[in-house]
Amino acid sequence: MENETIKKIADFLVEAEKEKKEVPRITAEYPDLSVEEAYAIQEELVNIRLGQGHRMIGPKMGLTSHAKMKQLNVDEPIYGYIFDYMVTDENVLHVNELIHPKVEAEIAFILSSDLEGPDVTTEDVLASTEYVVPALEVIDSRYQNFQFTLPDVIADNASSSRVFFGSVMKKPDEMELDLVGVTLAINGELRDLGASAAVLDHPANSVAMLANMLSRKGKKLKAGQVILTGGITGAQLLSQGDLVSAKWDGLGTVEFKVEQ
Amino acid sequence: MNLLQTVSFSERLALAEQNGNAVKPLTELYPDISMREAYMIQLKTIERKVEAGASIVGKKIGLTSLAMQKLLGVDQPDYGHLLNSMEVENGGKISLSRVIQPKVEAEIAFKLKQDLVGPRVTATDVLLATEYIQPALEIVDSRIEDWQIKLQDTIADNASSGLYVLGGRPLSVDKVDISHLGMAFYKNNELVNTGVGAAALGSPAHAIAWLANKLFEFGIYLKAGEIILSGALSAAVEAEAGDVFTARMAHIGEVSVAFTD
Repeated sequence: MENETIKKIADFLVEAEKEKKEVPRITAEYPDLSVEEAYAIQEELVNIRLGQGHRMIGPKMGLTSHAKMKQLNVDEPIYGYIFDYMVTDENVLHVNELIHPKVEAEIAFILSSDLEGPDVTTEDVLASTEYVVPALEVIDSRYQNFQFTLPDVIADNASSSRVFFGSVMKKPDEMELDLVGVTLAINGELRDLGASAAVLDHPANSVAMLANMLSRKGKKLKAGQVILTGGITGAQLLSQGDLVSAKWDGLGTVEFKVEQ
Repeated sequence: MNLLQTVSFSERLALAEQNGNAVKPLTELYPDISMREAYMIQLKTIERKVEAGASIVGKKIGLTSLAMQKLLGVDQPDYGHLLNSMEVENGGKISLSRVIQPKVEAEIAFKLKQDLVGPRVTATDVLLATEYIQPALEIVDSRIEDWQIKLQDTIADNASSGLYVLGGRPLSVDKVDISHLGMAFYKNNELVNTGVGAAALGSPAHAIAWLANKLFEFGIYLKAGEIILSGALSAAVEAEAGDVFTARMAHIGEVSVAFTD
């Protein structure tokens, strides 16, 4: 794929996010789009965001559950990037800024030192983690009806959209990090639940895989980055007026309201 | 349903269990069977087992997840009796000849230190009456062909109870938030699903309060010393010979069991 085409597609997806307009999937026009080309588009998209002056908070992992990997028929998760404009500090999600947002509960890792693949282990990750914090990630595919193939979602920055972090921070050795129970309720109704082993058997394993995937591109995870490790719960569709509330064992609660 | 029919259905299920041959759903033979009648059949079977020397060590609550309730088209859980003959040691083996069509689920077991007498028991009462919790595996089994059960079938069949395993580290309930206690369930060392205490009716303590209040209808109460299996934290998984199941739970350790021919 030509550089020009890569740039064109990245611009197209950035525009879709800005205009809150769902667009046809890229593979409708470019059926042969490879995973590698899709990451090249994502990298271009990241460069556009950095060029606009946004700060990168850190990478995030997607498709980390067996169920989602099966659904898209893949054997490896994907990654994307979170920027400062996505982090929402007031507890409100403005639905008119988005297309068709969904929410999922996750655990985020804050790194105390760099992690460079290709042989990063779960133990390495735990040793390089300053804190874990709870996070509600809002994903918002720019594609019509959330319909996409693997390269499509990679090009679309893994559907990254918004993030709400909780205020409880824990050292990783303070808890059994793969057995953190989570409930996700919307308007007081329990919608989904799970334990953090749902994320690639252990959320630290998700970070290790991420470091190893990045190393193929000569990249590494950096101290200070905040990394979203993937959904413990399934993604739940949001509507205006919803009150979203998630609770993590030992990591407190994160809540937000969905408004205009 | 008269007493004779109750006894006859009870014997039918007991025989199926004994010789390992599942039978047609009772609701096919007797479509109008009520929930109360179904419980009377269960109680009859338990009564005869106790007369034969078994002792009641506790209760189990079934159909505590919305998914299971939807599957059977019901809006409430059910319960069964645990007998001492149903316990398997942690890490032990179960011969498939002991069961018919087993499935395994992970649950939080409660050991009571005080009686819980309905009909006005609350979840807080349950927590106060609990000596400790520990991880458990329940091997559910149906004496009804191909698990073709309606609510009344499973109730009559002791809520599809089979065997149970207690393990882990007993812990006082004031050390944890049981609704958010996380669980990971493995079959042959591969993660099959995860869950959390809230999967059992929002809270396992709520499930046990339901049980205490339900038992009041039958003049039964939960007794100090009894073990209560509070409901599955995730979907049941079918077991075959050679399978090893392990549930790991936050704060309270793990429990496992293996199946052999």
